[in-house]
Amino acid sequence: MSDRNTEAKWDSNRARHWMAAAARAMTENEQRLTELDSAIGDADHGGNMRRGFQAVTSALDTAQDEGQLTGPGSVLTLAGRTLISKVGGASGPLYGTLLRRVGKTLGDEAEVDPAVLSEGLRAGVEGVVKLGGAAVGDKTMVDALQPAVDALESGFAAASQAALHGAEGTVPLRARKGRASYLGERSVGHQDPGATSAALLLGALAEVAGDE
Amino acid sequence: MKQLINVPETVVADALRGMAAAHPDLTVDVENRVITRADAPVAGKVALVSGGGSGHEPLHGGFVGLGMLDAACPGEVFTSPVPDQMTRAAAAVDSGAGVLFVVKNYTGDVLNFDMAAELAEDEGVQIARVLVEDDVAVTDSTFTAGRRGTGGTLFVEKIAGAAAQEGAPLDRVAAVARQVSESCRSFGVALSPCTTPAKGSPTFELPAGELELGVGIHGEPGRERRGMMTSGEIADATVEALLADRMPTAPVLALVNGMGATPLLELYGFNAEVQRALSERGVVVARTLVGNYVTSLDMAGCSLTLCQADEETLKLWDAPVRTPGLRWGI
Repeated sequence: MSDRNTEAKWDSNRARHWMAAAARAMTENEQRLTELDSAIGDADHGGNMRRGFQAVTSALDTAQDEGQLTGPGSVLTLAGRTLISKVGGASGPLYGTLLRRVGKTLGDEAEVDPAVLSEGLRAGVEGVVKLGGAAVGDKTMVDALQPAVDALESGFAAASQAALHGAEGTVPLRARKGRASYLGERSVGHQDPGATSAALLLGALAEVAGDE
Repeated sequence: MKQLINVPETVVADALRGMAAAHPDLTVDVENRVITRADAPVAGKVALVSGGGSGHEPLHGGFVGLGMLDAACPGEVFTSPVPDQMTRAAAAVDSGAGVLFVVKNYTGDVLNFDMAAELAEDEGVQIARVLVEDDVAVTDSTFTAGRRGTGGTLFVEKIAGAAAQEGAPLDRVAAVARQVSESCRSFGVALSPCTTPAKGSPTFELPAGELELGVGIHGEPGRERRGMMTSGEIADATVEALLADRMPTAPVLALVNGMGATPLLELYGFNAEVQRALSERGVVVARTLVGNYVTSLDMAGCSLTLCQADEETLKLWDAPVRTPGLRWGI
């Protein structure tokens, strides 16, 4: 394990840093996500993710000023609720459910161990699978999220690597869920935009876990 | 690509402000993105609420008014609206008689409307839902997100809207909507791709001299690409695709729909070929609507929707309607 602060606890500030890093990553990769989505979807994923995570950071700023963020659970629950309220498409409810489930698992504690956050991520991904009905191999965000949670035992950096690897692994797959599924064989050869943004979210987590 | 916009970020809000200015019969909440009948809630009447990504105008906001929708929730371009919009719309138009959500079958629309239905029911609004899934170009339904909702949406909204206007209760309005939805089949053809404001360049590539048979209303790919065909050949291919899926056993309503960038001159010419192709195959057309109703931004092309109609359905189709996009009998 190379993460310097892997064992450090997660409080509301650290959870906010994760969301801020995610917002930066989505903004920096907006064009790329949109390009990927125009190959096999409807070219709105980059804009939606940027818009959604910017809304998350501004909702968190407001809540912080009002003293409502008492722990990492309240941060991630609010982030999830904001994504559901602001994004639309399939990615809003799916990412929103993911973060809300994480937040609910963390509960009202002022700070939690990384192991509790890992547990929350597992619950979050379960929520995504239940809501979207996708399994590994369907060429969706689950192809990045599931390997990531499977690798959590080895730390957040490993989970992020697994998500990246999973996203790249969607290239040869044929989509069976979402809008890309209409392409059938023609979806083969393109990386899934949802799996790509999921890897960005995990990358932001690893960044904050390792660099603080 | 040149577009008549200010900046991509305000395209939907700008259009809503323009709708508000043009249509005093509507109440347009630009900030919360909800369009309602100005006279909503209508006492004792079941309310119809629909919504979806923007870029398909006049669907859905242009179909708000007497005899059709009570409210519409426009999302970002090609992106489903969010649950907040739908619950807000439902609360604004519910007279106590309940609300029918008309949902096109796309993953995002279904997820968001399902979440909204739960929230609205928590607030005491009775909700029913009808799913429109009429696009026969999607053949491999078990390995995809299922058939897409396209032109059939107009028939569901008009006919169920008429039933609600006549005072039918929620379960009846929902039953009419489901029957219409099940009776509709659509097939679309793209001659050129569309350009979303956010991307600023075409969302898919269609080489000059080729068309896409079975295209979706967001430019989703269809069944196959072929070299350019004549209007008559396209009509034959389209009618064959529809009838192979379902051979009508009664007269049909026909919607000859433009995708956004195809002139009415061409659409009417296409309609002549459609009527010929249907007649040659023994299908009787009871009513025909020609125009741009379920569009795909600036895509060139057309779609054909056939809706098998019994006497009751025909009567509801002919009932008065007064909306920005569809208006007759009043």
